[in-house]
Amino acid sequence: MPGIVTFAEHRDGKLRRPSLEAVSEARRLAASLQGPVTAVLVGPGAEGLAAELASYGADKVHVFDDPALGAYATEPWARALAQAATEAKPAAVLVPFTAMGKDLAPRAAARLGAGLVTDCVSFTVKDGRLEARRPMYAGKAYATVRWEGDPQMATLRPNVFPLEKPDASRKAEVTKGQVDTSSRAKVTAVHAAAAGKVELTEAQIIVSGGRGLKGPENFHLIQGLADALGAAVGASRAVVDAGWVDHQYQVGQTGKTVSPTLYVACGISGAIQHLAGMSSSKVIVAINKDPDAPIFKVASYGLVGDVFEILPKLTEAAKAYFSAKH
Amino acid sequence: MKIVVCVKQVPDTETRIRIADGKVAESDVNWIVSPYDEFALEEALKIKEQKGGEVVLLSLGPERVVSALRSGLAMGADSAVHLKDAKFDAADTLGVAHALAAAVKALEPDLVLTGQQGVGGDNSQIPGMLAEILDWPQVTVAVKVEVQDGQARVEREIEGAHETWETTLPAVVSAQKGLNEPRYASLKGIMAAKKKLIETRDAAALGLPAEALAPKTRVVAMDQPPSRGAVKMIEGDPETQSRELLRLLHEEAKVI
Repeated sequence: MPGIVTFAEHRDGKLRRPSLEAVSEARRLAASLQGPVTAVLVGPGAEGLAAELASYGADKVHVFDDPALGAYATEPWARALAQAATEAKPAAVLVPFTAMGKDLAPRAAARLGAGLVTDCVSFTVKDGRLEARRPMYAGKAYATVRWEGDPQMATLRPNVFPLEKPDASRKAEVTKGQVDTSSRAKVTAVHAAAAGKVELTEAQIIVSGGRGLKGPENFHLIQGLADALGAAVGASRAVVDAGWVDHQYQVGQTGKTVSPTLYVACGISGAIQHLAGMSSSKVIVAINKDPDAPIFKVASYGLVGDVFEILPKLTEAAKAYFSAKH
Repeated sequence: MKIVVCVKQVPDTETRIRIADGKVAESDVNWIVSPYDEFALEEALKIKEQKGGEVVLLSLGPERVVSALRSGLAMGADSAVHLKDAKFDAADTLGVAHALAAAVKALEPDLVLTGQQGVGGDNSQIPGMLAEILDWPQVTVAVKVEVQDGQARVEREIEGAHETWETTLPAVVSAQKGLNEPRYASLKGIMAAKKKLIETRDAAALGLPAEALAPKTRVVAMDQPPSRGAVKMIEGDPETQSRELLRLLHEEAKVI
């Protein structure tokens, strides 16, 4: 009964949604892979999150709660995950592809000598082995990947794997682990972004702006619509390279790859490297004055027109829509 | 200060990727240095300008990789090591990390800089695996790097925040967009690059056992992304378009 180990990331005392997505997927896969789902938690006081992990499908929660594990550091976290995996001997190890998972998983995989498949968007089980599907070339192609040997280790793209319906009556067995907490690289300061800012890769709705906005002074139109929709703000490479907005807003091949339920592209023509980063969005709205712009080829809904006329009207209509709804 | 910069040769980001026989058709591809590796190289060159020392490029791949190394040498790197062996062809990320680690060990640098991901493969695995195999610390996704007295101070990006990290050296640091603006190679640099040394090493020269290269993951199929349905165009004046869009997003697409 090898089972599945998942890594559960938390911040400010709360489990992050991609951790719950990973536990949910592990729960579903456990039906074919057999064995228990073990969630790994690192951090003093993290034990308090075990009940929520159990409600989403964890059978066991393994907690490393040494007081020295207060701030994330790659080395001890990788040791903890690798140690938990060595003890549980799972068929698979699933880690959310968040900033932390991206930093941690390769180090833990090398420690385990395990094959790692990055940014998976789906799994199937064939003959008792996992098969993963993942985008490459920022989504211009999809690869189907299999593993040699165990554990089969993978990172999971946020916002793709559905959450299980939490069941508060499910309980998990909680165990404790100890690990060498030393680290040569340490966080010395954290500069948080403005409160309430929605992270692009985890946003359900994204409003993105491109060169059609003509200048940085007009980018507030994107922010305005984003605020009205409760969305995160994105941008095309052209406007990032022109210095209108910081690169952390960039969606596309050298920026972020996103899969929100709704992506609104405003004044973005749809260069191939931008399409690569957003074409797995569930619904895409394109607003562009050029009816032949490539963005319309991937769009679900298209509005041909002037962004300077449409955005204020759409923002106003969105505000009215949401105030009527709530 | 000796800095090794790992560079990967990748398809140009503007390349349309075509799949043939379950693989990317290489004949259509224009090869470039992965953009994130250019940020890593630029940072290495800036550190060298301040602190002195040397910058060594390291790349694994077939013969075509030489052109990536030449363009890095033209930007200002001092020398290059090309890991080339048919035995590397089937290696996955962990195998590549083992080969790079063996080469890094022999070079004994103070710092290894890499891109935070190789564009195309998009694995983001090499920096962390390399650091673990070398038993060095790592700081990934760096947007600022300062080196001083055997230490590096690195700013990195996470969701909704910037972190400052401090690490002892040697370490592996991976570069994110925003770290710097890579320089263009000058004509003088391009001429000088022709005379710079590119050393070639195979698996035997690296002392790599066969098991270090045995792939743990295997791509069994490649295909194009599923095509999206036809676009529904929304006509009318901006106000009508806006109202109709919100109605469709709510009633038809059910996303708001």
